[in-house]
Amino acid sequence: MTGALKSLRTVFFPADGKGIPVGVFVMIVAFMVLVAALAPLLAPVDPNTQNLMGRLKPPGTLARGTLFVLGSDELGRDLLSRLMYGARVSLSVAFLSVLLSGVVGTVLGMAAGYKRGWVETVIMRIVDIFLSIPAILLAIITVAVLGPGFINVILVLALTRWPRYARVAYGQTLSVANMPYVRLSTAMGAGWVRILALHIFPNIIAALSVVATLEFGLMVLFEAGLSFLGLGVQPPTASWGAMLSVGRNYVSNAWWIATFPGICLFLLVLSVNLIGDRLSDYLNPKSR
Amino acid sequence: MTSFLLRRIGQSLVALFGVMTLVFFIQRLTGDPTYLLVPETATQEDIEAMRHALGLDRPLFIQYVDFFRDTLSLDFGKSFIQNVPVTTIIASRLPYTLELAAGALLVAVVIGVPLGLLLALAQKKFWTNGLMGIVLAAQSMPTFWSGILMILLFGVSLGWLPPSGSGSFAHLIMPSIALGLLSMATYARIMRSSVLDELSKDYIRSARARGVKTRRLVIRHLLRNSAIPVISITALEISQLLAGAVIVETVFAWPGLGLLTVQSVVSRDFVVVQGVVLLGALVTIAMNFLADILYSFVDPRIRLDGTGR
Repeated sequence: MTGALKSLRTVFFPADGKGIPVGVFVMIVAFMVLVAALAPLLAPVDPNTQNLMGRLKPPGTLARGTLFVLGSDELGRDLLSRLMYGARVSLSVAFLSVLLSGVVGTVLGMAAGYKRGWVETVIMRIVDIFLSIPAILLAIITVAVLGPGFINVILVLALTRWPRYARVAYGQTLSVANMPYVRLSTAMGAGWVRILALHIFPNIIAALSVVATLEFGLMVLFEAGLSFLGLGVQPPTASWGAMLSVGRNYVSNAWWIATFPGICLFLLVLSVNLIGDRLSDYLNPKSR
Repeated sequence: MTSFLLRRIGQSLVALFGVMTLVFFIQRLTGDPTYLLVPETATQEDIEAMRHALGLDRPLFIQYVDFFRDTLSLDFGKSFIQNVPVTTIIASRLPYTLELAAGALLVAVVIGVPLGLLLALAQKKFWTNGLMGIVLAAQSMPTFWSGILMILLFGVSLGWLPPSGSGSFAHLIMPSIALGLLSMATYARIMRSSVLDELSKDYIRSARARGVKTRRLVIRHLLRNSAIPVISITALEISQLLAGAVIVETVFAWPGLGLLTVQSVVSRDFVVVQGVVLLGALVTIAMNFLADILYSFVDPRIRLDGTGR
């Protein structure tokens, strides 16, 4: 246990003193998760309460009894409260779409790598096909058909991204499947579900977790991008991407609307990417 | 080489076939696409008439075959809103997107490649951490935010550049930078690791031992060999840039294919969206193919492992 703790510490606070320790970025993400979870308690006012007398107020304005710490938007809603609620959308969409695409992609990739034959051919050709359509275009065309909304965005992102996991799971499974202990348990009559779950999956989870971390950052960007285009989570639900899109229209007279959600997005994605990079360095030191 | 080429062409055709099938089925995800095409005020008769006009009352398999025939003859159908062939609409918007992508590629290569070289050669200086940080930041920056920040700074506050629209060279500058930033980071990272890779090789050490000057070493040996991965990712970056244009064009109201796609989704002009997606997939498949060919051309060992990548 102490060994595990110690290695965790070296992952997050490397002794080589290179730049900012990754622990800082872990804390940023943890902070955002906490704020998102406690948004109803922390938010100064309801994120959807409009205050038409208090429209487009700069940060720090006191208008009609409400202090707009980070300013207000075009409908007089409190930007800080909306940022807190927006974190819920960003984090939950990213988490759920990573989970869904990760599970689907991993199962299919492992099946392709272990069963080989026609299963492999069919699954991997489908993966190739999905990877031939630029992800953002595939997401847009699917949203156009399904319609926007919280659940649909998650489904669309999962549909677009599962091939990524399938490729990695497939490659990793190929390299593990021929290990003596796997062959032994096949010889002892273990079914393929048991082998995949007990012998192969534990060996490929490390590689998959790196992919999942990096994908998480990408999913945050995708969700924000779709919401920016008006194809994501629908108003009045607060979403960082949608707030940026509004901010773009008021860029000349209300800089704060686009600035703060942008900073949040940037910090979240940067933190997740750096954690992913560090995780990847740690798990395969050769790549350094 | 010939068998590799043939196999790779076969793979591309399979991918193309699959993409068309996928697009056809996505279109049918919600059942009848007529509802996507008619205005929201349409009556039941309008819907029936539309369904018949589109041939959607025929068996699914016949429609599937027709869809293939039309798409392969570059007939993407007619825009429901504008009543003009989709091919014509795309052709009118394509030059803008190509212009933007070219500008972005220029930004990415001209900044990214020297930056990567610099980062590799001056490995352990105090300022390399800062530069590496900039590269990482560029990778995590949502294009729609960096775009807005630039509009805010150069368009509104300083008033140096037009904040949006098209028409002059000045209009192209900010969108190109916003779109090129991510690719710039990719080029810098690939160039850096490629140069580091070359630096550790024996010929560099022996050249140094022979007393070759650093400048000559970099220009004559290092650049030439580390350029290989950089050239082959360019094909992949081009399809990335074309896809990324969707958001950047919306930010800057740049009238290319990306803005067209978003406008068509909003106005429910599904045939146009489908046309752009098919074109995007075609470009991606072609660029992947080109990247593999380039790669195997410069490094014949690749061909041995069959798939190319």
